[in-house]
Amino acid sequence: MSSVVDGIGAGIPGSRDTRRSDAPSSYLTDGMSIGSWLATHDHKRIAILYAITITAFFFIGGAAATLIRLELATPAGDLVRAETYNKLFTMHGVIMVWFFLIPSIPATLGNFLVPLMIGARDLAFPRLNLTSFYLYVGGAVFTLAAMIAGGVDTGWTFYAPFSTLFSNTHVLYVLAGVFVVGFSSILTGLNIIVTVHKMRAPGMTWFRLPLFVWAQYATSAILVLATPVLAMTLVLLTVERVFGIGIFDPALGGDPLLFQHLFWFYSHPAVYIMVLPAMGVVSELVANGARNPVFGYKTMAFAIIAIAVIGFLVWGHHMFVSGQSMYAGIVFSFMSFLVAIPSAVKVFNWTATLWHGRIVYTAPMLYALGFVGLFTIGGMTGLFLAALALDVHLTDTYFVIAHFHYIMVGGTVSAYLGGVHFWWPKITGRLYSDRWARFAAVLLFVGFNFTFFPQYLLGIAGMPRRYHEYPPEFQTLNVLSSAGALVLALGYLLPLLYLGWSLFRGPRAPANPWHATGLEWQTTSPPPTHNFASTPVVTAPPYAYVPMRDVVDAREGTQ
Amino acid sequence: MIAIGLPPEASTIAPRVDLLLYVVTAVTGLVAIAIFVTMIVFGIRYRAGSPAPRADDIPALQARARRRVETAWTLIPLALFIASFAWAARLYMVRGTPPANAIELFVVAKQWMWKLQHPGGQREIDEMHIPRGQPIRLVMTSQDVIHSFFVPAFRLKQDILPGRYTEMWFTATKTGRFHLFCAEYCGTDHARMGGDVVVMEPAEFARWLAAHPAAENMASRGADLFRHYGCSGCHGANASVHAPNLAGLFGKPVPLSNGTTVVADERYVRDSILLPEREVAAGYAPIMPSFAGQISEDDIIDLIAYIKSLADTREHPK
Repeated sequence: MSSVVDGIGAGIPGSRDTRRSDAPSSYLTDGMSIGSWLATHDHKRIAILYAITITAFFFIGGAAATLIRLELATPAGDLVRAETYNKLFTMHGVIMVWFFLIPSIPATLGNFLVPLMIGARDLAFPRLNLTSFYLYVGGAVFTLAAMIAGGVDTGWTFYAPFSTLFSNTHVLYVLAGVFVVGFSSILTGLNIIVTVHKMRAPGMTWFRLPLFVWAQYATSAILVLATPVLAMTLVLLTVERVFGIGIFDPALGGDPLLFQHLFWFYSHPAVYIMVLPAMGVVSELVANGARNPVFGYKTMAFAIIAIAVIGFLVWGHHMFVSGQSMYAGIVFSFMSFLVAIPSAVKVFNWTATLWHGRIVYTAPMLYALGFVGLFTIGGMTGLFLAALALDVHLTDTYFVIAHFHYIMVGGTVSAYLGGVHFWWPKITGRLYSDRWARFAAVLLFVGFNFTFFPQYLLGIAGMPRRYHEYPPEFQTLNVLSSAGALVLALGYLLPLLYLGWSLFRGPRAPANPWHATGLEWQTTSPPPTHNFASTPVVTAPPYAYVPMRDVVDAREGTQ
Repeated sequence: MIAIGLPPEASTIAPRVDLLLYVVTAVTGLVAIAIFVTMIVFGIRYRAGSPAPRADDIPALQARARRRVETAWTLIPLALFIASFAWAARLYMVRGTPPANAIELFVVAKQWMWKLQHPGGQREIDEMHIPRGQPIRLVMTSQDVIHSFFVPAFRLKQDILPGRYTEMWFTATKTGRFHLFCAEYCGTDHARMGGDVVVMEPAEFARWLAAHPAAENMASRGADLFRHYGCSGCHGANASVHAPNLAGLFGKPVPLSNGTTVVADERYVRDSILLPEREVAAGYAPIMPSFAGQISEDDIIDLIAYIKSLADTREHPK
């Protein structure tokens, strides 16, 4: 309990600054032993632990994707057997969704930045934060072991009754692993909600919060509300698989559509768990890159909330051809068009943020603009899938694959990388080569479109997803996509190299290398363990970039 | 042949879906291009160090502009979205409403093959021969996991579930051979669960049917099964047990013992065979045994065909 009191105290006006004068200058040097990292309660160190782990999972999931694309370069199933292929796409999906995308921004950048951005010393529950990390690592490593030892072939969607009665693979272990990781999500969400409510610095009113914090807050609400439904659904699957109690399998008196309703009640909001934090990152990056306030700050904040709320009411759009009632389909289609409105408004407002700006094309800005472009295409093609009669043709084809990769990879991964580049000097205290970073951003943008745009055309031509082999007329587009995947794979390796290099050889970063607004830039780079020498007081709205109109060279320090 | 664009349009609904697809592509494409052009124009004009004039008070400028544009760029997309929604929903309702004169074909999906049966009793595996110009209604079920019947050239797909019937209908407009895919992941050989839809001129199709005579049509095979499984012992003309008369039943409303009413469709007949205690006809004791686990999906389909053939009679089945 003491940690809670300590943490909250940092955000309360008039609380005394208890930081010792001999405190280490940075959180990175406050304890150099392995133990000081693995048992840390510091949100910044926990964020680093998460970042290392999700990076490892990203490359494992990416390796599975590379094998999938290599297999699909030819129509015949000649590289791996069908069983192996099915295990590969399942592994790719499970790892990328639960062990990379969902924790990606919230658990790394969110963990690191939310307390800094609101002027707090830590999250509200530092020990819970560490617990959350170990639940994540435990569940994820267990699942990975099960997937490598035997594999699982249900797809990440675990549709019943295939997953309960027919699959002979390690379904139970994977369900157990994902179940445990779900608790990590719930606890992280809870932590961020309490932190934003209780630990804002004096003067940090709700409408002075950076949009990044708004996005983390909305995402956390979804994590807390939706993830328990996933947990229940996985338990029900387990009960049916182990005890033969009929819940989803009609042979036992169950209903397979019930599974889909429960699964998508979680998994559609999960899409917003993945993309809302990315929207938050992009708002910070675009404002800084354009050196302008975000156009329509309040609209942007309300749009985030609207997406989070309406996002709970659209799950049935995954089921237009599933056998659910035609009228249910019509209602879900309407709601799906509705949820696109706040997303569209966000795209317009990011574009308008450039208006009258003084735009600096640094690597983070390139990633952010890449996000806006790819998210626009992903969002527009989402409308095709919301339109009932078009979805009937396009669902379960490569069109869907292309659509959600534009959102999840073109969107979320671009924003994540943009955010990592933007806050890298703050997190590590080092500057990287912006030239290399800009090259990687452009390479990834090109490689991404090269990989996934052909998949829209494949889907329109009628190629179903999850196919180990396919009719020869689809080969041309598949070869294009596979070639693009190689460019993309190379692009993802580049940041490892130049960012890794900067850790050891990069110049020291000043406190605010981008001349950015926001409390996180007012402390040193890297920040001290307790974030601020004294509790900051906020007197201005966010993104007050206007008075700094003459600042052009963002590489120059303020110190 | 290289597939880049849409597959051939081979059903009555296909050109209607394609028109919608073209219009939605054009509208979203134009909006996307407008966004990208704006981004590029702003990106060049307002690059750092450019001579373009900037307002002194950007927040005030943005606030003025917001009042003008934010409502517009909320309401204009909303109007476009509602139009697309309504158009697509209209077509979806056409897809969901089979015409009364459609020929019924039964489809049983299993890992990893398609079994089809024509009303005349002709059975096919992984092929579906149909006449051009005739509405066809598929009544489909699965023996194991979920599958999905997908014919890209028809722009139609429908999931097939175990334990219940789903249906889909179409009228083919082009003769030829078209891909049939399983679109719902169903296990190891999902990618090989394919086949062909063969659309023939009606006369040619009649010749095909005649060249593949079945020993019995579905209804008469169903009549045999009706005796074989002992259904006639209770539901037959000479039965001493008090059981509903199945003549004239199919397609009619059935009052149930719990006070509700259901229509005696394929689902009702199937459930009555497998889960007889669930929907007991009003006025009858719940004494019918379940046939779950004792009867195949193919046999149930034949029994349904038989009961359907009694729809227009009043006499007890034999």
